[in-house]
Amino acid sequence: MTGITGGTPSVLPAWEGGAAPRREPLLAVEDLHVEFATRQGVVQAVNGVDYALEAGQTLAVLGESGSGKSVTAQAIMGILDTPPARVTRGRILFRGTDLLGLSEENRARVRGRRIAMIFQDALSALNPVFTVGWQIGEMFRVHQGASRREAERRAVELMDRVRIPGAARRLHDYPHQFSGGMRQRIMIAMAVALEPELLIADEPTTALDVTVQAQIMELLAEIQRESGMGMILITHDLGVVADAADRIAVMYGGRIVEHALVHDAYRAPAHPYTRGLLDSIPRVDRKGRELHAITGQPPNLLDLPPGCSFAPRCPYRQGDCAVEAPPLHRIGPTRGSACHYWREVLDGSHG
Amino acid sequence: MSSAAPAKGAPPNTRRARHARSSRPPGRGARTARPAGLWRDAWHDLRRRPLFAVSAVLIAVILVMAAAPGLFTSVDPYDAAGCVLGEARGGPSAAHWFGTDNQGCDTYARTVYGARNSVLVGLSTTVLTALAGGLLGLVAGFRGGWLDAVLSRVTEVFFAIPSVLGALLILSVFRTGTVWTVTLALAVLAWPMTFRIMRASVITARGQDYVVAARGLGASAGRLMFRHILPNAIAPLIVVSTINLGVFIAAEAGLSFLGLGVQSPDITWGLMIADARARFHEAAGPLLFPAGLLSVTVLAFIMLGDAVRDALDPKLR
Amino acid sequence: MAATGDPVLEVRDLVKHFPVTQGVLARRQVGAIRAVDGVSFDLRRGETLGIVGESGCGKSTLARLLTALERPTSGSVRVGGREITRMKGAELKRVRRNIQLVMQDPYTSLNPRMTVGDIVGEPYEIHPDVVPAGRRRRRVQELLEIVGLDPDHADRYPHQFSGGQRQRIGIARGLALRPEVIICDEPVSALDVSIQAQVVNLLGRLQREFGLSYVFIAHDLSVVRHISDRVGVMYLGTMVELGRDADIYGRPEHPYTLALLSAAPVPDPDGRERRERIVLRGDPPSPADPPSGCRFRTRCWKARDVCAQQEPPLQVRPGASHESACHFPELYAGPRPR
Repeated sequence: MTGITGGTPSVLPAWEGGAAPRREPLLAVEDLHVEFATRQGVVQAVNGVDYALEAGQTLAVLGESGSGKSVTAQAIMGILDTPPARVTRGRILFRGTDLLGLSEENRARVRGRRIAMIFQDALSALNPVFTVGWQIGEMFRVHQGASRREAERRAVELMDRVRIPGAARRLHDYPHQFSGGMRQRIMIAMAVALEPELLIADEPTTALDVTVQAQIMELLAEIQRESGMGMILITHDLGVVADAADRIAVMYGGRIVEHALVHDAYRAPAHPYTRGLLDSIPRVDRKGRELHAITGQPPNLLDLPPGCSFAPRCPYRQGDCAVEAPPLHRIGPTRGSACHYWREVLDGSHG
Repeated sequence: MSSAAPAKGAPPNTRRARHARSSRPPGRGARTARPAGLWRDAWHDLRRRPLFAVSAVLIAVILVMAAAPGLFTSVDPYDAAGCVLGEARGGPSAAHWFGTDNQGCDTYARTVYGARNSVLVGLSTTVLTALAGGLLGLVAGFRGGWLDAVLSRVTEVFFAIPSVLGALLILSVFRTGTVWTVTLALAVLAWPMTFRIMRASVITARGQDYVVAARGLGASAGRLMFRHILPNAIAPLIVVSTINLGVFIAAEAGLSFLGLGVQSPDITWGLMIADARARFHEAAGPLLFPAGLLSVTVLAFIMLGDAVRDALDPKLR
Repeated sequence: MAATGDPVLEVRDLVKHFPVTQGVLARRQVGAIRAVDGVSFDLRRGETLGIVGESGCGKSTLARLLTALERPTSGSVRVGGREITRMKGAELKRVRRNIQLVMQDPYTSLNPRMTVGDIVGEPYEIHPDVVPAGRRRRRVQELLEIVGLDPDHADRYPHQFSGGQRQRIGIARGLALRPEVIICDEPVSALDVSIQAQVVNLLGRLQREFGLSYVFIAHDLSVVRHISDRVGVMYLGTMVELGRDADIYGRPEHPYTLALLSAAPVPDPDGRERRERIVLRGDPPSPADPPSGCRFRTRCWKARDVCAQQEPPLQVRPGASHESACHFPELYAGPRPR
């Protein structure tokens, strides 16, 4: 429990740690498995997810619906409904402490305070019967025992910080009186109120228009620069990832199929699925011709194929892919690919 | 937890978003081999529910009792010769399982024969309200406009009438109460409820994209209503009608108990309870047995309604 | 995708205002949502016109007006030279054969109580003279094959298919009556990224095979660019810019188009630190109360007094290559691209 209550910084400055300072990750997810019991059977939503994140970094988790990206985040946050959900295996290390081993009481102390989350749908995340000022202020009243007046003052500060015009005037407005973009700002204000070390943003701009999306992404980047918090950015949008992330983890069928530095992954993907996604983006020079589409349909999580779950759609497929699930092969110090034929994929990218 | 956590641990991707990217539960589009409609799915699901099994068996017994009471007893309670005044208010015995009532008639046989009138009222009222309220609700919800406004105001007037008073008024028009006058009185008072339920679910279905698509193809109003809207809007009506069956049976008993409903010499549970009430301290059987069967019947229909609702609930599939 | 010949769809000054009413008994109109407020364009045979814009710009209302699902407040829509806005009954039903709609959400656009065969075959039940009853089953199977589905699956129900497959079913239904024009309202935005390209390819193939004309409404700029011959940009119910795809994307004239293009995230991290981006302030105003003059002026960095007083018409301005509705359009030197 010391990892949670004791706030000793574990990151040594480079000059103290010698040549290669070993940095303890802010968050490390190890071999996480999550199942859902449904009427149709057991849905294997997450099947062995590993990823790590350092303070100040942005990790983009890219995946389609049903890839397990949001479930993983909910498991980190500890907001999965159990049942129907069940974490069957794995660890979630936050500053070295396994969150899954904590009592609910200790877990609640981490949630909201040290790990915060924002969602796609801000309207349903905000309580419609309280003013936004009250809801933002609640963070200070509940977690820090601030007085009403003090909480209100800091709510205005926060609303200013997330650029809500006329913050003091709008303190007593209700969520429905704000536009989608403004509501997203309010949710961000609440999430960063207690200066969390980790922010999980689950499709934060999917419901927003392009011009508003740009504003929100800019705001998130700015807050991160100032506070140095780590961020997990969950999205299906390759453009958002390319704009904002340091690292990328691509999920498919409840697994990480590739993780890499963003520049590496876009320059030369090492997994056929990543490659297929990048190739399917419409490009100016391919206008009038067919797009490179990934064939087939996403996997059925009730009945995952044996071996690699991408194999039925994969152009690099060989006989063993349908039999043996590939491990996450290490490619260099910062990269991994869960493909038996990652070398071929990587080479093909250059050609 | 901060209030920034909605849909706590919702199963993956079940929340609807504007672009509906995450509207699909994981592994959906399950490519099963067997073609299965939603109705058939619901039926398969229903059959597996214990609540359904229990209520279905009970209801089957009561329906058989109503259709062929002779199967349950050889005594004909409508034949006055079977009643011996000297044996009035006798306790349970080999000859009279439930004892005898004030007139010395066999309580068991009367309870069995009482099922018919109760079930008849329940069934006919349910059919009448489902048809009248359902059809009017369908048309009002689909057409909207002044027709909907008028019908909705009319139902509001009905909701304002206290039901016992209303039944009293309607039944006082007729000289004598029968199964059919009671049915009429109950149906007149209850159709606004089915109307409202149907109207609400039609309005929801009317705006669905598949209805818009059918309009775009040039589908007629009849096709839109009966092919597209009705099959998708009828589930709540089925659930409520199932529960209503029990409710109407109880209501019939209540009206008959008050002397407004079915009259002697017809046998109904309500009348039996009314007759037995005065002498309850001397003989509890004539009151308890019909009252017990009445409760079991009502409960069975309400349980069935619950099971049907769970099976039809689209949120769970 | 070469557009040839006469326009198959002509839209002139199309306006749709939804009344805002108040009061329980005596409803009186207190205002209007100006969802579409004066839109004009032509669509030629075999051509794809992309329409982009953000939520509330009126693009979905436009789709419903073009498919006669809503009646316009004023203006005209001609399909094959025939005015459809005042048509009724059999006449309207007949013209519907020529203009069909593909909708956004494949999870709500198919009746869950009907089999796929019944869904795709319904157009023939509504228009019985198109295909004789005996040959309909065969026709439905052909249609399923054309859109890349297994024709033997005609007796299955929509919930047994994935999102991409369901969108193919919706496309097959739209294709059944062999229309000349298909209005695609965000046809891929509800689909997974890996499925979007499949459906875009399918739409392209069908266009070449059947000589279809598309109005392709979407908010994804790169998909619109890929599929469109010409592109129209909408803002608050009006068309602010209209031109060839290369012009719109290569030399955007209206400030809103510029902002829209620069706000769209580029799926390439290289050089992201140096990328200049126009980030607009605030949200679009409400269509119930649009600004006077130019509707974009409240968010525009070029706005001057004239913008609040005069609404700029959509027209080709001196030195410009295509139509835009701005008093101060961005102008480019040099030859037009492509």
